Amino acid sequence: MKRTANIGALAAMLLAGSLAQAADPLAAISTAARTDKAFSGFSAERGAALWERKGKDWSCSTCHTTDPRQAGRHTVTGKVIKPMAPASNPARFTDSAKVEKWFKRNCRDVFNRECTAQEKGDVITWLRSIKP
Amino acid sequence: MNTTRDLQRLSAATALCLVFLSAPLAARADGAKKPAPTNPVWQEECGGCHVAYPPRFLPAESWKSMMGSLDRHFGTDASLDARAAATIEAFLVQNAKRSKTGQKADGSILRITETKWFRSEHDEISAAKWKSPAVGSAANCAACHPNAEKGSFRERDIKVP
Repeated sequence: MKRTANIGALAAMLLAGSLAQAADPLAAISTAARTDKAFSGFSAERGAALWERKGKDWSCSTCHTTDPRQAGRHTVTGKVIKPMAPASNPARFTDSAKVEKWFKRNCRDVFNRECTAQEKGDVITWLRSIKP
Repeated sequence: MNTTRDLQRLSAATALCLVFLSAPLAARADGAKKPAPTNPVWQEECGGCHVAYPPRFLPAESWKSMMGSLDRHFGTDASLDARAAATIEAFLVQNAKRSKTGQKADGSILRITETKWFRSEHDEISAAKWKSPAVGSAANCAACHPNAEKGSFRERDIKVP
């Protein structure tokens, strides 16, 4: 009996934990994007175009390849990067802190500036639209 | 009461001595004398872009300076939130390469491949081999050291592709 109760409590804790993390990272980005009056939603098409846009030396596709269903490779260190499309890698875009950390770093690497909420939302929308 | 405290102090001091005494053993290139120190934040964050290079590869001064310039990290932005950065820096400094007594560590070198020991350990590797597709970059330790991800670089494990 006691054991069942313990398992129940553990399950409740795990559920609460996963619910706390379950907020969609795109929701927060969308809230930020809406502060711009001109905002009219995200576009997968614009996201796809941004993916290929070359900044200083690189584009997103330099490391992540032109097919986000495939694994990429860090252009400097050679480290394999898991696919960015949730169709191939469901863990993508499930953790807001991770999403923001990588957008910040990688947009600075590629475009020498941080990306706007519009750009981030467009890219996520595109990557999520890709079928397996 | 005092005895307990003294004992605690003594054991802390002993532990500290052991740490210092065992450090040179762990610092030997092929010395798998004890498991390499690890830290989950270091593994996750540093290992996100490359092998999480063992702290023993650079002196504390080098690590401190590297952790202070993560937004310009060898041509890329590797910035971290302050909490993760502090955790990683403490781990790196605590397990850093220790200089021989009386010698001052050279903290100006940030690139592991520019250190004297790295160069001498790899002097038989030709420029062509470094550039071969299987290796690609000296940052790719795992190309020849299959257990690099686990912090082990033992001589007998080496397989040059």
